[in-house]
Amino acid sequence: MNLPSHRRCNLFGRRIAIETQAPEDQSFSSQKNWIVSVSPHVKSNESVEKIMWTVLACLMPPLILSVFIFGIQTLIITAVSVISCMLVEAVSQKALGRPITIRDGSAALTGVLIAFVIPPGVSYLLPVLGAVMAIYIGKHLLGGIGYNIFNPALLGRAFLLATFPVAMTSAWLPPLDDLSIFSYLGSGVDAVTAATPLAVMKEQGMAAFTQAFGSGTSLYTSFFLGWRPGCIGETSGFMLVLGGFYMLYRGYITWHIPASVLGTIALLSWIFGGEALCSGDPLLAILSGGAILGAFYMANDYVTSPTNKTSQLIYGVGIGGLTVLIRLKGGYPEGICYAILLMNPLSSVLDSFFKPKRFAPPVGGDK
Amino acid sequence: MEKGYATRLFQGAIRFRRRRFFQAASNIMNSFLTFPKGGVHPPEAKGQTAGLAIERMPVPDELEIILGQHIGAPCTPTVKKRDVVVEGAMIGEVQKGLGVPLHSPVAGTIKDFGMSAHPMRVTSPSITITVDHTADPAIYPRNDWSALTAAELLGRVHDAGIIGIGGAGFPSHVKLKPPPDAKIDKLLLNGAECEPYITADHRQMLEMAADIVEGAKIIVKILGIQECIIGIERNKPDAIQVMTEAARAGSSAGCSISVQGLEVKYPQGSEKQLIQALTGRKVPSMALPSTVGVVVHNVSTARAICDAVVCGKPLYEKVMTISGGGITRPANLLVKVGTKASDIVAYLGGVKPELAKVIMGGPMMGFAVSNLDVPVTKTTSSILFLTEKEIDIRPYSQCIRCGWCLEACPMGLEPKEIGVFVEANRAEDTAPFGVFDCFECGSCAFICPAKRPLVQFIRLAKMKAKR
Repeated sequence: MNLPSHRRCNLFGRRIAIETQAPEDQSFSSQKNWIVSVSPHVKSNESVEKIMWTVLACLMPPLILSVFIFGIQTLIITAVSVISCMLVEAVSQKALGRPITIRDGSAALTGVLIAFVIPPGVSYLLPVLGAVMAIYIGKHLLGGIGYNIFNPALLGRAFLLATFPVAMTSAWLPPLDDLSIFSYLGSGVDAVTAATPLAVMKEQGMAAFTQAFGSGTSLYTSFFLGWRPGCIGETSGFMLVLGGFYMLYRGYITWHIPASVLGTIALLSWIFGGEALCSGDPLLAILSGGAILGAFYMANDYVTSPTNKTSQLIYGVGIGGLTVLIRLKGGYPEGICYAILLMNPLSSVLDSFFKPKRFAPPVGGDK
Repeated sequence: MEKGYATRLFQGAIRFRRRRFFQAASNIMNSFLTFPKGGVHPPEAKGQTAGLAIERMPVPDELEIILGQHIGAPCTPTVKKRDVVVEGAMIGEVQKGLGVPLHSPVAGTIKDFGMSAHPMRVTSPSITITVDHTADPAIYPRNDWSALTAAELLGRVHDAGIIGIGGAGFPSHVKLKPPPDAKIDKLLLNGAECEPYITADHRQMLEMAADIVEGAKIIVKILGIQECIIGIERNKPDAIQVMTEAARAGSSAGCSISVQGLEVKYPQGSEKQLIQALTGRKVPSMALPSTVGVVVHNVSTARAICDAVVCGKPLYEKVMTISGGGITRPANLLVKVGTKASDIVAYLGGVKPELAKVIMGGPMMGFAVSNLDVPVTKTTSSILFLTEKEIDIRPYSQCIRCGWCLEACPMGLEPKEIGVFVEANRAEDTAPFGVFDCFECGSCAFICPAKRPLVQFIRLAKMKAKR
């Protein structure tokens, strides 16, 4: 009896060639090696790459629309961001001696998300710096994909907000009405800055807001479609919700986090957002900042969000609550970025507190 | 005018929704049952063999009968080298501890005692028998068993070497003798056959429905109960129909046998999940089904019990599925225990060049083997010859905490956490995660987008963690 060759193979079923002797029988004429690995031998079609590229595809409609809202430079900023994220990922993985995985799409996704949360009128240097912060420090120094505590894209934005406070809070552009997508290219960007709805509301009050953006159904419609000043990818709630619903349909996300984030923002803005109690505008609160982008794409990041459904609801409510707190009482007009970053480290704490329901625990409890 | 792409997409979506809706509605109306938590839907891939009748494979020249076929102590040989044995003669028995006797599947001569290849234990002691092709096959006439007492029936089940041939290999007579404080009221027969590819139970239910029902009646009498439910997944409507008719014919005033359709979901055939689906009862962790008043047997075990009691035929033959893209002729075969996989392959016309993996058992829980010297045991329900297209050998990467394994786990565990602990060399700290609840169904590793070998991580955790 030969030493059984399948004990010599890799424990975890990486592809290892094993020598099998072909019996004399003619039917075994092909001397091919078989694969020996652990069960299960069939697996689902899903993969990390498929998830990442699908989410990226969901982000394409808002990106394309942003070209028509803010001009062609949104596409350039996004491209710079994606390319630098992938480069930084490759270089950091090389430097840290890890396998290079830029093809899995997670760096590209981070790149798009960084571009989506910076204003459309910034210098092309900003996304590069954001990429270094997000990918090298925020992701790979913490252990690579799966081990980062904070959402890399938001970490990049927080870093940019701290290092380029003026650009990050003033490089807003008024939306284009006439599809002149090249008009903001080159010089003259500074001359046309506009204030975001949330900033107007916070600093000048509701009257100025109505004067600047109008009111009624047309206001909601234009905000929902994305025709308002804001970050590159956050303005078009319609396109973001469309992609979000597709991810829900595919089962990549569940309703728990988006519903609890948006629900909490709506509820708290309605209670505390107006001049008197319970007189705020919940719909405007959701449509005017980055709430939809945050709820569907940032807070749902697998790595930094909880996995248990109860924890997800609490996590979402926490994000919504902190967002409204920062919006109403904090120094920034928009707070969802910091709200998510503050809740990120709590996700594993929540998960260790809320465990899935066991099938049937042993009689008399665990030993 | 040709329909636009958007129109077709829209109509497709509507149709898809409608199909799903009707499926859900028909589940409710026909009351197909299932377990509520977890589970996955691997591709069924049963079409290759579902329509093929069971064929008897000619006996090869030599058989290797592994001594430890069941859970418990392995058999000690009761024969010597060069002894001549007849078909059905006892060749091994268990003197001490849990076990059942072993029988010669053929008439022949004991050639040798040696070691055989084994899919799980690598090698295992075995008896080699040279087959006497001139001997007449044994004939087992049917007898009336209604006069026998429960103890006599139980003795026959033990003497025939019946074990749970659905896969576990637990001696059946032990299951049929539940602890005295257990109040058993239901017998469940497992015809779910939730593993992809395998159709052995399906074919047995179609072709031997009366025997299965007869076996159920015997078990019901041994246990002294009145009710038997046969659970069959709804992807076998013909089996549900045939078994329903057989069950109706076999039911009497003191013994009601019924068939219950089950939703198609893996792992429906797992004992605890089947009990929950059919009765709503939950078997506590580390406990046996008898604690909730239920005894579960596979349909093929029930058939073997019928053979043992009605015909006095010991268990030495096995219906198994040979399938997959890598075998020239897929089939449902009735083979003698001890037949080597290589003999089966030679009988079925050899393997195809694109064969990439050979699995003893199902694709979700079976074991890959590296050579074809492995003999068939009483518990082998299939040998699958899979091509590279059918298996997944993508390398695994780090956990992205998507939480899909939590959704898929039928036992409510956290496979991802256990995996991370094992990777961090902290396997001994995983007992609080309930690793011993895991029955290694593989739902977590099936669904994992990072292709992580979560079942293997949990096996390692079980080895290190303290009970």
